[in-house]
Amino acid sequence: MIGISPYSRRRFINFIGLAFSLGAMIFGLFWLGWIIFTLLRYGFGGLSLDLFTKMTPPPGSAGGLLNAIFGSLVMSLVATLIGTPIGILAATYLSEYGRRGWLAKVTRFINDILLSAPSIVIGLFIYSIYVVSVGHFSGWAGAIALSLIVIPVVVRTTEDMLRLVPDQLREAAAALGSPRWKIIVFIVYRAAKAGMLTGVLLAMARISGETAPLLFTALNSQFWSPNLNAPMANLPVVIFQFAMSPYQDWHDLAWAGALLITLGVLGFTILARFLLRKKRYE
Amino acid sequence: MLAEGFKAEAGSRAGSANRAWIGSLFELISGFSAFLVFCLLLSIIATLVVGSYPALKQFHLGFISSDKWNPVTEEFGALVPIVGTLVTSVIAMLIAIPVSFGIALFLTELSPVWFKRPLGTAIELLAAIPSIIYGMWGLFVFAPVFAETVQPWLKAHLGKVALVGMLFQGPPMGIGVLTAGLILAIMVIPYIAAVMRDVFDIVPPKLKESAHAIGCTTWEVVWHIVLPYTRAGVLAGIMLGLGRALGETMAVTFVIGNAHNLHASLFMPGNSIASTLANEFTEAVGDLYTSSLMYLGLLLFLITFVVLAISRLLLSRLGRHEGA
Repeated sequence: MIGISPYSRRRFINFIGLAFSLGAMIFGLFWLGWIIFTLLRYGFGGLSLDLFTKMTPPPGSAGGLLNAIFGSLVMSLVATLIGTPIGILAATYLSEYGRRGWLAKVTRFINDILLSAPSIVIGLFIYSIYVVSVGHFSGWAGAIALSLIVIPVVVRTTEDMLRLVPDQLREAAAALGSPRWKIIVFIVYRAAKAGMLTGVLLAMARISGETAPLLFTALNSQFWSPNLNAPMANLPVVIFQFAMSPYQDWHDLAWAGALLITLGVLGFTILARFLLRKKRYE
Repeated sequence: MLAEGFKAEAGSRAGSANRAWIGSLFELISGFSAFLVFCLLLSIIATLVVGSYPALKQFHLGFISSDKWNPVTEEFGALVPIVGTLVTSVIAMLIAIPVSFGIALFLTELSPVWFKRPLGTAIELLAAIPSIIYGMWGLFVFAPVFAETVQPWLKAHLGKVALVGMLFQGPPMGIGVLTAGLILAIMVIPYIAAVMRDVFDIVPPKLKESAHAIGCTTWEVVWHIVLPYTRAGVLAGIMLGLGRALGETMAVTFVIGNAHNLHASLFMPGNSIASTLANEFTEAVGDLYTSSLMYLGLLLFLITFVVLAISRLLLSRLGRHEGA
């Protein structure tokens, strides 16, 4: 170290640190690029009309993913329809009625934990309380399991958005004599509309790729399965089964399905971010 | 005229009194929804305890330390999956913590302002990619490359070093505990980086500018000013990432190899709690088998609960500190 002044040593450490930071950024982007490239490379070829019009095939024959796409759409829709009202109402309580009460505090804490809780445990939970008592796997069970993933996401974003609405608006409305529920529904909700929609979109993005909670609830089906009261085909589980199989046709379909799911999820996410950004600039 | 006016007013009063029930009802159902969320966590734990009761009665806490897993003789132990879960998560953390720190540093200090948004979005997209995609990519694309390039290199260079060497033994198969840990690292980086970036952003500019003014380099400002100031938040981010890594299912199931064995080498296949559940639950026959899997799920839920709770508490303490 003789001959190196402390100053240049510090500059050197600074250089190393910042170079590491740049390296970390490139490291992160590298995987994103690689994964998206992979999906396009293997999945793009599989995107054909057959994919959307034919059923999942037995190994060795051609087919599509129609029943799986349909099942996924239906279950996601039902899950969103169940989860969104509960989530929004719970967030309304947290932000408007409860705020500093003990129930609101504890619920907020629990909700934040549920937000990151392992989704496979949600599958076990619904299996135990629904599938076992009904006696068979079903689309309803899958939708309920997914709705339990929707709820925490919606609660969290909705509460954040409702809290962004300035209290002066609420007070102004109250001063005009409107009752509390009217203030919430016609003033607060309206002001936070874009943010609340963002939460729902993020929740939909989250559930469209969820596989683990569906394994023990909706299971899967090889056939056209529009009945929510029976095992239901769905994209993630089909991808899982096909990818784990030794057949090349199934692998190709799995890649096409993977590309579809990713496009859906990224679409939802980008749309949600776009909405949020517009809101922020207003 | 006057009387009419009074009547009209009385009428509208009566109307609003009649409609007051809407307000009460609204408050009631929103309170009930919050209560539902409140109950959810307890119901999950209660259900898992009830479901794992036969296994709890049979194995007690010895379940945790037993490495047996034999559906035929109905002997079950959680040691292998627990070790697999912990080892993969530790590997993930070893990689993800420094990388996330670097990314957060880049986003807050180095990146030009116009570039922050697209870069931040790109890193967040990494979190949006479903875990099953990571799994497929890991198994079909990453594992073969890993087996041909990185694993032989690790084996040649670290394999002969004392102590560390035993971690890198065995055939380079691509799949295994190390691969699972690495893919988990990529998956949790966006979560940790996002929290770190957010807490780095709340450091008062005055503090940083003062440090710059007395001649600190950017690195010194970050290391001696920003990090100490945001310690709790950084730790919370790490805990959040750890919670995610522990419970991650599909990606791990694809690449960990699914073998109920304990090996010193990270190249060998293993099993995590979540991957055991994903692979075996629907095929489990018999009460004891099913309830042993439930027991595993209960353990996983409790571990992640503790980790995530620590993360939450740290963040809320930080929030109070900042008055936010």
